[in-house]
Amino acid sequence: MKIATKYHGEKEIQEKEVIAFPQAIPGFPEEKEFVLLPLDEEGQFIVLQSLGNQQLAFVLSNPFTFFQEYDFTLENHIVELLELESEEEVQVFSILTVQDPFEKTTANLQAPIIINSKKNIAKQVILNEPNYHTKHPLFDKAKPILVKG
Amino acid sequence: MLVLTRKKGEVIKIGDDIEITIVASKGEQVKIGISAPNNVEIYRKEVYEEIIAENQEASVDIAAVMNLLKGKN
Repeated sequence: MKIATKYHGEKEIQEKEVIAFPQAIPGFPEEKEFVLLPLDEEGQFIVLQSLGNQQLAFVLSNPFTFFQEYDFTLENHIVELLELESEEEVQVFSILTVQDPFEKTTANLQAPIIINSKKNIAKQVILNEPNYHTKHPLFDKAKPILVKG
Repeated sequence: MLVLTRKKGEVIKIGDDIEITIVASKGEQVKIGISAPNNVEIYRKEVYEEIIAENQEASVDIAAVMNLLKGKN
């Protein structure tokens, strides 16, 4: 099927690429279907594009690339909701709040996007984890992400 | 809004399977225990609102920055 995207023009996608967000994304209750579209050649930055709303797109990145110590545990009800059977099926992304200049971009480590990559079910999980907040500078290594509270 | 007065250790039941217990109160702070089925998501409201605000900020148009980024590759 062809979809209209925010940053990639018109794009041909396969039905099996569609990722379901049964509980939507906080702030956008209407949109429950998204697709991942790589933004750069290395695939370091990826767009999470809504199928229903062309204007709704998030820029994601693998948080472990930038924050090696990033670590959390998924609660059981989330494992169940996402029908996760093994760790290999879990894909973790952080939503980036892109800034101009790009060097000031931040990552939301408090609410990662968790995807069951086998079944394409996903959820933005809000962590009850005091060390992670919504604006971790992506490139500022001077500020440690683990702050002992 | 329904307002109930409770003492420490007393419980409020919501429906069949949610219970809210007043664990302690000291000055302006109240410590609350919540027991609910694990598919009921419980957040501090300000945390949930912060996530919504961040999501909204993250989804604004960044076409200009994206072009810069694409240009790098």
